[in-house]
Amino acid sequence: MIKQKRSNKIKGSLGDRISITGIYIFAGLIGIICILPFLYVVGGSFATEKELTEKAFLIVPSEFSLNAFKFIIDDGRIFNGLKNSIIVTVWGTILAMVMTTTFAYPLSRSDFRGRNLSLNLVIVTMVFSGGMIPGYLLVKSLGMLDSYWALTLPGAISAFNMVIVKNFFQNIPRELEEAATIDGCSDFDIFVKIVLPLSKPVLASISLFYAVGLWNDYFNCMLYINDSSKHTAQLILRSIVILAQGFDLTGSRLDFGLAGAPPEQAVKLATTVVTTIPILIVYPFIQKFFTKGVMIGAVKG
Amino acid sequence: MAGKTALINKTKKQPFHIYFKHHWWLYAMFLPGAIYFIVFKYIPITNLVIAFQDYNPWLGLFKSPFVGWKHFENFFKGNDFFMLLRNTLAISFLNLIFYFPMPIIVALLLNEIKNYRYKSSIQTMIYIPYFISMVIVASITYTLLNERDGVINMIIKEFSGETVKFLSGKEYFRGIIVIQNIWKETGWGMIIFLAALAGVDMELYEAARVDGAGRWKQMWHITLPAIRGTIVIMLILRVGAILNTGFEQIFLMSNSLNRSVAEVFDTYVYRLGITNGQYSFSTAVGLFKGIVGCIMVLGTNWVAKRCGETGIY
Repeated sequence: MIKQKRSNKIKGSLGDRISITGIYIFAGLIGIICILPFLYVVGGSFATEKELTEKAFLIVPSEFSLNAFKFIIDDGRIFNGLKNSIIVTVWGTILAMVMTTTFAYPLSRSDFRGRNLSLNLVIVTMVFSGGMIPGYLLVKSLGMLDSYWALTLPGAISAFNMVIVKNFFQNIPRELEEAATIDGCSDFDIFVKIVLPLSKPVLASISLFYAVGLWNDYFNCMLYINDSSKHTAQLILRSIVILAQGFDLTGSRLDFGLAGAPPEQAVKLATTVVTTIPILIVYPFIQKFFTKGVMIGAVKG
Repeated sequence: MAGKTALINKTKKQPFHIYFKHHWWLYAMFLPGAIYFIVFKYIPITNLVIAFQDYNPWLGLFKSPFVGWKHFENFFKGNDFFMLLRNTLAISFLNLIFYFPMPIIVALLLNEIKNYRYKSSIQTMIYIPYFISMVIVASITYTLLNERDGVINMIIKEFSGETVKFLSGKEYFRGIIVIQNIWKETGWGMIIFLAALAGVDMELYEAARVDGAGRWKQMWHITLPAIRGTIVIMLILRVGAILNTGFEQIFLMSNSLNRSVAEVFDTYVYRLGITNGQYSFSTAVGLFKGIVGCIMVLGTNWVAKRCGETGIY
């Protein structure tokens, strides 16, 4: 068997070898194209304004400059936004995990009375929802405008994540729980002492799903938060980079946020860099657990 | 196993109040989530009734006058409906044609690479954009494409002496949306297909090689059939979500100059409802989209089940 394989390898036709080389090169090119925009943004944020605006700038600055970063530190808005984003993400993820796991556990128990009805009602919300305006009016009538409750509570349980967690709980052997019941543990003790510790992988994946979603959200913040000192990093990035562009497009509709003047190119790039960095820092964990999470979800599907 | 069913049967026979006495903790844990679903999912659904009213925030839900199908009639009689439908379907179909095959192609390519470190580093690079927020994607697009100092326009200018109105020109909008989508989403789809490919039995390849099948023949006869089910499910999901064109992305990329091609159902609802305060009319538009979307999802799922795939719900 091994011999055959080896001889096959040596024989490997010329066409075959050309095609594998082609595949390696092509795949490499795709990878590079995917990160090229990041390289440009990072390189540009260290370039001088002159270099960026006079001729086409290509990734490596000829003159190294920290002016853009000095500017955004003095300006302070984006760092305030990052602070707000961290608060929303941490608080929102904790809230979502507590709500999701405590709700998923009873539904994972086959003896739980009311299980099927509840599950069906949850699944309905995956297909049909009230939509944007009723959701907005609800948050407004609950008096949550301008508070971080509006960003964290309406999305606290994603039906999809809840079902993934519920399915994971279901696969934990019931014998463990029964033994604990005989030892006098309450259902809550079982949940905290047995079920949660055995579910670490899925909990890690789901909390990352929630955290990335909260960190990247700008729409809810735009909808519900008027007070600009409470704006999250994504919304501030939008007002610095995209709304400032309104000037170039229409010449009339202007919204420069607080700055009063269109930020220069290097400043926009530097703002983009500091907003991207937190995601890149946690990226190794994200990649690992996200992939697992996607697979758990895929297995379920 | 026998003991387990016996135990369940025993508990099933208990009257509810005795079951509740033993397991009240379960209901205590269930309660916050149940309240959450009622308040944040079901109350908005009942509030859809404002689509049939002339809703006035001062009068509230119960005192606003009832107007029946008026808003729906206005919506379908007006010109906006066809514009929204055209824009939504155009973007969805372009995504289906150009984005959908990308993750499959990339996954098949990476599957051919046997050098683990090379493969995983390319995988990492392709996967990164998926975690970046839409605001960052749009910001990068704006800084690269704008007419004043965007690098792509500067390169074009050096060759042709003219700049291209990428961001305000109607003819570029859909292309930019699809390219952004490919850049951002390919990594995620790729992971799903790679997961499906990891399950392929290696002995099949071995056997094919012994029979003299080359690389392309192996791909065609072993790899592709192995992921056919996954491809069908992903396709169904896409077709079911054909009215969901990614609100955040389109909202960020649209402006007053490209609105006639950029406006889709969600951005329209936002602009009329939130910005202009036409709550009832925009809710009617949202309700229409929601119902059609629901039918699409359930319909495609039904088709999938009839075709012998597992379906999603």
